[in-house]
Amino acid sequence: MIKKLVISSKNVDFLNKINELSGETITLCDQCGTCSGSCPMVSEMDITPSQMMRMVQLGQMEVMDTKAMWICASCFACTVRCPRGLDLAKVAEALRQVKLREAIDHIDIKKIPEDEVRRLPQIALVSSFRKFTG
Amino acid sequence: MRIGVYVCHCGGNISEIVDISKVVSFAEKQPDVVLVKDNPHMCSEVGQKLVIDDIKEHKLDKIVIAACSPQFQGPTFMSTLEKAGLSPYVLEMANIREQCAWPHFDFPEEATKKANNLTNAAIAKVRLDEPLGKKTMPIGRRVLVIGGGIAGIQAALDLGDAGFKVYLVEKEPTIGGKMSKLSRTFPTEDCAACILSPKMADVLANPNITLLTYSEVENIQGYLGNYEITVKKNPTYVDPDKCTCCDDCTEVCPVVVPNEFEEGLTSRKAIYLPSPIAVPHSYVLDEQACLGIFPLACGKCQEVCDPGAINFDVYPEEIKFTVDTIIVATGYDIFDATQKSVYGFGKYANVITALDMERMIVHASEGNPIRPMGKRIAFIQCVGSRDEQVENENCSRICCMYATKLSQLLKRSDPTRDVYVFYTDLRAYGKGFEEYYKRAQRTGVKFIRGRVAELIEDSQTRKLTLRVEDTLTRQIIESEFDLVVLSVGLRPNEGTDRIANLLRLAKSPDGFLQEAHPKFRPVDTLTDGVFLAGTVQGPKDIPDTVAQASAASARATRLMNRGEYDVEPVMAFVHEESCDGCGLCVEQCPTNAISLSSRDANSDKSLSPKVAKINEALCKGCGSCIAYCPKDALDLHCYSNDQLLAQIKAVLADKKNGEVRVLVFADDMTTYRLADNVGVAKMSYSLNSRIIRVPSGSRVTPKLMLQAFAEGADGIFIGECEEKSSPYPHSVSTIKSNISKVTHILKEEGIDEKRLRFVQFVTVMLGGFVNNINSLSDFTIKSGPIPAQKRKRLGENINERLFK
Amino acid sequence: MKIPYYPGCSLKTTAQNFEISALAVAKTLGIELIELPRWNCCGTVSSLTSDDLMHHLAPIRNLVRAEEMSENLGGDEYKLVTLCSMCFNVLKRSNLRVKENPDELKKINDFMYLEKDYSGRVEVVHFLELLREIGFQKVKEKVKNPLSGLKVAPYYGCLLLRPKEIGIDDPEDPTVQVEILAALGAEIVNNPFKTRCCGSYQTVQDKYAVAELAYDILSRAQKEGAEFVTTCCPLCMFNLADRQKEVVEKYPEFRSIPVLYITQLMAVAFDLDEKYYGFDLNYVDPRPILKEKGVIR
Repeated sequence: MIKKLVISSKNVDFLNKINELSGETITLCDQCGTCSGSCPMVSEMDITPSQMMRMVQLGQMEVMDTKAMWICASCFACTVRCPRGLDLAKVAEALRQVKLREAIDHIDIKKIPEDEVRRLPQIALVSSFRKFTG
Repeated sequence: MRIGVYVCHCGGNISEIVDISKVVSFAEKQPDVVLVKDNPHMCSEVGQKLVIDDIKEHKLDKIVIAACSPQFQGPTFMSTLEKAGLSPYVLEMANIREQCAWPHFDFPEEATKKANNLTNAAIAKVRLDEPLGKKTMPIGRRVLVIGGGIAGIQAALDLGDAGFKVYLVEKEPTIGGKMSKLSRTFPTEDCAACILSPKMADVLANPNITLLTYSEVENIQGYLGNYEITVKKNPTYVDPDKCTCCDDCTEVCPVVVPNEFEEGLTSRKAIYLPSPIAVPHSYVLDEQACLGIFPLACGKCQEVCDPGAINFDVYPEEIKFTVDTIIVATGYDIFDATQKSVYGFGKYANVITALDMERMIVHASEGNPIRPMGKRIAFIQCVGSRDEQVENENCSRICCMYATKLSQLLKRSDPTRDVYVFYTDLRAYGKGFEEYYKRAQRTGVKFIRGRVAELIEDSQTRKLTLRVEDTLTRQIIESEFDLVVLSVGLRPNEGTDRIANLLRLAKSPDGFLQEAHPKFRPVDTLTDGVFLAGTVQGPKDIPDTVAQASAASARATRLMNRGEYDVEPVMAFVHEESCDGCGLCVEQCPTNAISLSSRDANSDKSLSPKVAKINEALCKGCGSCIAYCPKDALDLHCYSNDQLLAQIKAVLADKKNGEVRVLVFADDMTTYRLADNVGVAKMSYSLNSRIIRVPSGSRVTPKLMLQAFAEGADGIFIGECEEKSSPYPHSVSTIKSNISKVTHILKEEGIDEKRLRFVQFVTVMLGGFVNNINSLSDFTIKSGPIPAQKRKRLGENINERLFK
Repeated sequence: MKIPYYPGCSLKTTAQNFEISALAVAKTLGIELIELPRWNCCGTVSSLTSDDLMHHLAPIRNLVRAEEMSENLGGDEYKLVTLCSMCFNVLKRSNLRVKENPDELKKINDFMYLEKDYSGRVEVVHFLELLREIGFQKVKEKVKNPLSGLKVAPYYGCLLLRPKEIGIDDPEDPTVQVEILAALGAEIVNNPFKTRCCGSYQTVQDKYAVAELAYDILSRAQKEGAEFVTTCCPLCMFNLADRQKEVVEKYPEFRSIPVLYITQLMAVAFDLDEKYYGFDLNYVDPRPILKEKGVIR
């Protein structure tokens, strides 16, 4: 089903909030796709990194329901290649923080199998908790 | 001195607010004024005739016209004076319309007082006007064109055909530049070499063009009408008149080096023909590659040369000549793709640049392919352009079109090829470009919107896997190609940097040379007599380059054709008896117009042996130098120190006790014009402001500012145009430096530095002007006039305080 | 020379072999890495939002310790060396943040009022940078047992190289490990995926995604002829080595390949005592191939 895109000034607050949280001017993105082409995790994502930027640019709050920002590994490949000099890692972080600051964690220690917890080096657990909790 | 004053009613525009009779009677009382008249329309035939008749009848030698803005009818009245036999520079106008009646339409009484005040200032200034004549400087008919690519060739041909003497200097052994390397040109697919060769031949045939190839400009001294050029001509060791291009020499030459013309894809010998269409059409011996000439290591080429064209007993030549104007056409370099390491250029065998591809297509179409092309070919756009990661933000303009061209040439010559162009935008803006792009699509070239993120090479097959997002379908492509062509952007080249330094030419933020004004002077530079043509000014295609080259020659012709050119008499001059030859001013002049030279033999022996002299061909009349002279020896015609002080005194003369007054020094180009525009819009601003016109804010020296405060000013405002539009180099930094010197002294005297303000304007900032003036005015009203004691001290020992 | 050294959590547990080999190698090169007293968790991964100062407290507190320690050591160099790439990145990032924003530094100092104020003097340095500073020639001089015939593909991961203002080398074309391995006499294999992320913290909740990445990275290295992969990050080590279990689950034809910390190879090349190699902790035992190549007995 092809969706209709509604562009209005209603959600400019959302764009402004993400701009502020990330410190980046998201309207600078010209949708070249370099970020998506550089992303190691893109095949696991539901939308591409450039699509994520697009949705934020257009104030589409539905981006908060997508998974891409949670699959991001913060590897900064996009950041070092963006021809507009944008730091996409910061934008993904800002989007995550919008959810996380509502006290909705993206990780539940109880759901991780015990043998995995025993196996994982603490650096993995610590970094995962830092990234996915508020 | 016999001054005549005329007060204009301006058909009611002035007289409905300002009481003309009061202005007339005020003017009558002023010393040196012998005649005062008023008239409904001074600028009309009647009004002008009145002035001309009065000048003759009453032997008037200076004229004041209190009317509209000098920027409005100034030229009219200047020619009126000329018709009457007077110098046009003994005229002063009091702006009692745009800068008095109109902004103060609600306050007729105050406006009348201000009109008197402004008329007084005009009279004070005119008293010191010098009867200067219109100035011209001689200029000859010689031009130097630096760079022998298509831009230089076109400019040289235009000027040579017009009868000017042209020196065309090219550093390569042949002219032709990058265009000679191209296969076909978009959008018509003309063969580049075929359309270029006739032009190159014309250059050689033109009797007015002296062609110096394998030569570099080593030094440029001088100025418009007198540029002294030193060129170093390198020896080719082959006499072009004798060489028959038989090729016997290359067969015996033992040295093999990469062939630069072929972008290193093939090799050449140390002795070689620079290009198939080389002009001069002769072999050349590359001294660097040769085994040795001094002493002679090999010499085999000379042995086999039948015509005896090879001569090792030649040396670099220094050629000196003088020209009147210069055209810089030094071209570009392609972006060094090794900087974009993610594409592996220089490491991966099958990654090439578009220029490599041009050569490959030329050879392939001649039936001599120089390397395999494969079947799956990808073009990557925007390499080195629009990319903050390599610090080149600009678009290189031609890459979209040349990729459209190369891709369809490849597809048409072998339809079994699969050719892709990976782009971010497809810029097909020019004549025939969109149609050409459609033709490429029709031919079957596949255009994919996505900027390629990385290339990975298969170390066995050497094929490239390209990773990119097709942004239009939001899918990731990981696809293998036989050949990847990088559409590299255009960058300024080394030769350009060198010439820019020699001529002190400004650079744009993108690194290319900067034009004097982006809209109205696209081929001029801020250096008089130096013009730009072609890609040296910025990336562009061949039609635009040729247009610009013709434009540059037209601009040069415009300067040279009359045999002389006009100069404004607003120029610096030296009070030689006050100058002590200290030379502080020399380094401060932004156009290097000041130099120290020895005084005349019959000068007063008690004076310094050296004295400052102004080169009027270089002086722009900004007045920046004046602030740096501790002896008040530097001055400016038409806006002298004495004149400005007289105006300052005059506008403060009627100030009453307790009143405050703000002086506004308005630069001619912008702030004065802006103030006029404010008046035209009938916007009001504070009555206690008085505007004084200056050529540039940099004319307002620290001494003048202190004197102004001392004479009664309570606030000073300096208005200037924006740096990027300024015809005066460094005016803004000079103003800031002047202001900081004054602020320092204000602080020492306990005077609030906020009484002195500086703003850069544009002529449409009407609200900005009003707000700024009112703000300063309100501030001075609130702070009150400067206490008399402090004021007095500001006027004391000014030079000692400024130059300690 | 004595330099303050920040270990971080893993170096004391799963990556003890990294520490043991590195400390020994450093000693041989005349560097004494002295562990920072009272260090706390570095706080990886770095918080990237513009308004968050809370998550920078942990790294800054370590820098306070480092500043104190440098003062006590004397001299005018205030360096802090780390081995773990993730610790390096987060410490250097927070350091740069407060150096560029003195008002934020003040806020952090005021908040941690029980600690001494951090003045911003410390320079965070990765061990590989230290080696580069000393010079690879010096490394070569200590090599008694050249790793001839060993085909090694260096792997860098991301946080060592990115973002550009933090990274220790060109993020697209790094060479620092190449130079070290060349000095050790090894044959270097170029892995085009040497700077591709291993998946990092996603290994906790999405181990098969990590397995995909590991498979790409390792199988390409193998395709280019590598027998070993080196790394300098405990999380990369886990994702590339331990997660080979998951790789094999998805790709049964995958052959295991030993992943080593580069300092382990250095220890072997310097012919140090076996106890400094730490091979027991490596998921894929490198000893069989090393013995086969005659590099160890």
